[in-house]
Amino acid sequence: VTIRRVLIANRGEIAVRVLRTCRRLGIESVLAASEADLHSTAAKLADWTVCIGPARSASSYLDVAAVMGAAVRSAADAIHPGYGFLSENAALARACREARIIFIGPTEEQLAAVGDKLEARRHALAAGLPVVPGGSVSTPDEAASLAHQIGWPVLIKAVGGGGGRGMKQVHDPSQLPAALELAMAEANTAFGDPRVYLERFVASGRHVEVQLLGDGSEVVHLWDRDCSIQRRYQKLVEEAPAPDLPPRLRSAMHAAAVAYGRRLHYRGAGTVEFLVDRAREEFYFLEMNARIQVEHPVTEAVTGLDLVAEQIAVAQGQQLRIRQEEVRISGHAVECRLNAEDSAHDFRPSPGTVTHALLPAGEGIRVDTHIEAGSAVPPYYDSLLAKIIAHGPDRAACLARLRAALVNCRIEGVHTNLALHSAIAASDEFATGGVDTGFLARFLRAQQSEVDREQGG
Amino acid sequence: VNLTQDDVQEILRLLDASPFDELQLETDRFKLTLRRATAGGWTQESRTLSAPRPLPAASAPGVSAASGPLAAGSPPSAQPASPAAPAHAAPAARSPPVGVVDVCTPIIGTFYRAPKPGAPPFVEVGSRVEADTVIGIVETMKLMNSVYAGARGEVVEICVADGQFVEQDQPLVRLRRADQ
Repeated sequence: VTIRRVLIANRGEIAVRVLRTCRRLGIESVLAASEADLHSTAAKLADWTVCIGPARSASSYLDVAAVMGAAVRSAADAIHPGYGFLSENAALARACREARIIFIGPTEEQLAAVGDKLEARRHALAAGLPVVPGGSVSTPDEAASLAHQIGWPVLIKAVGGGGGRGMKQVHDPSQLPAALELAMAEANTAFGDPRVYLERFVASGRHVEVQLLGDGSEVVHLWDRDCSIQRRYQKLVEEAPAPDLPPRLRSAMHAAAVAYGRRLHYRGAGTVEFLVDRAREEFYFLEMNARIQVEHPVTEAVTGLDLVAEQIAVAQGQQLRIRQEEVRISGHAVECRLNAEDSAHDFRPSPGTVTHALLPAGEGIRVDTHIEAGSAVPPYYDSLLAKIIAHGPDRAACLARLRAALVNCRIEGVHTNLALHSAIAASDEFATGGVDTGFLARFLRAQQSEVDREQGG
Repeated sequence: VNLTQDDVQEILRLLDASPFDELQLETDRFKLTLRRATAGGWTQESRTLSAPRPLPAASAPGVSAASGPLAAGSPPSAQPASPAAPAHAAPAARSPPVGVVDVCTPIIGTFYRAPKPGAPPFVEVGSRVEADTVIGIVETMKLMNSVYAGARGEVVEICVADGQFVEQDQPLVRLRRADQ
């Protein structure tokens, strides 16, 4: 099978990113766009644009029937779902199979396996991966004995929660019964499911993930990324490879990720996320993301691969074009997510129209974006404006390029978090490398108290 | 064909070794300006000039009517759904009567009357509210922003339907203030 025409069922920078590879490979592109995005940069760059519904994503980018209709109508051989929206939706993968259209992603079964938290964890255990010690509990006695076994402090998590919602830390054994009761009541109200589980609470953790590529039988890893700089579980800065990671941990994580991918006979690009316990120097499986990730460019920078091209190759039935021993990494890369949010005012979203977009360029600098002067930043979708990616022969050189690149960046018309990125890039703690997921909250508090002091004096 | 990132890098390598500080390229498809930055490195500014090309409605591009898999026509789902309501209602022009205040949205977005689909609304006409009572949520860029009543009183009107798009400062509900 050769893919000749791809429907891109996404928007923003990732739509432009996928378009670029399609063009390079001589594949025709059809952009599936909502009414709000009919004049977007992606729409201007695509060979064709088809409207899939109104601005609200529930009736456009999240509507399987609308996307399938557009694919059929445009006679596309394949759908690239990007990230977010329907990218990990088993119903879209199934509809594609039934319509004999290639879904550029894993199989329905693989999507279902990694999409359910408990199922994903079951596969991890079966593949021999370490998971955060814990288990489901429903009575105070069960909770107390489990907590005693796994060690304090503990975290109570709602089975139906996610993205940081439905979690409760418990540090004092005497407070466990009350916290459990409250957590179950809240889970029932918030998610319609009172089930909770108890986990060891990792006081200082890093978010490290391993990039996989599979063709349905063979699986290779493309090294790791560190995404510990997060605000409210949203990644802000990512880098490859993860800095200052004990070599024993790194190779064990690579092997664990490959074991997980092999167990699923994984096809496509995917990422296995791990929590690294800094104090214990251990790692635990968190989840697998069965799609291209926002932060994939840092992996591309250090491996020299085009992950979207590899996704397309395996989707059309080709075997992996790279063997594990051929994967080599060169240097270090960091990505900053520039968002339309006002970091000076509690990250308030800032939709509007971009009036001016001056972006960095030069050796070791890549910018993935869909914005230029005149671009609309609609209020309906996420706030990502651009990704600034710096690559250098080592981490220090990479950071030097990043700092200069951020200076050469100016976006007007909407508020952005550019100043925050410059501050992070200039900080000693980040320069040292290996910060934990609590870094950004501490950094913001320190910045705020500095502002307060200046205003006070 | 637009320039790729690799093309731009190639041009910059040539420029770096040249005495020039600025390059402007313009075709009918794009405009690109590269400038040497005082801080080192370069800046780029680009505009895409080509217009979007809507897919012809009758049949797929490059697929003849005879061989096209869908020559018979498009499935109904391919048609953009017609919006159920106007994209947004104009903010109420009439000014509220004495003792009645509008609670307006501080931010543009989609208004929700309930914490989640199917749940009872935060407030109904007749609800008594305090200044810190949440009267609804406005979703902007995937973030949920609670809107507070801002005054003590009784809800006398719900101005916007659930799920409707609202402009900044548009009234969401009206209150009769308790202290008037």
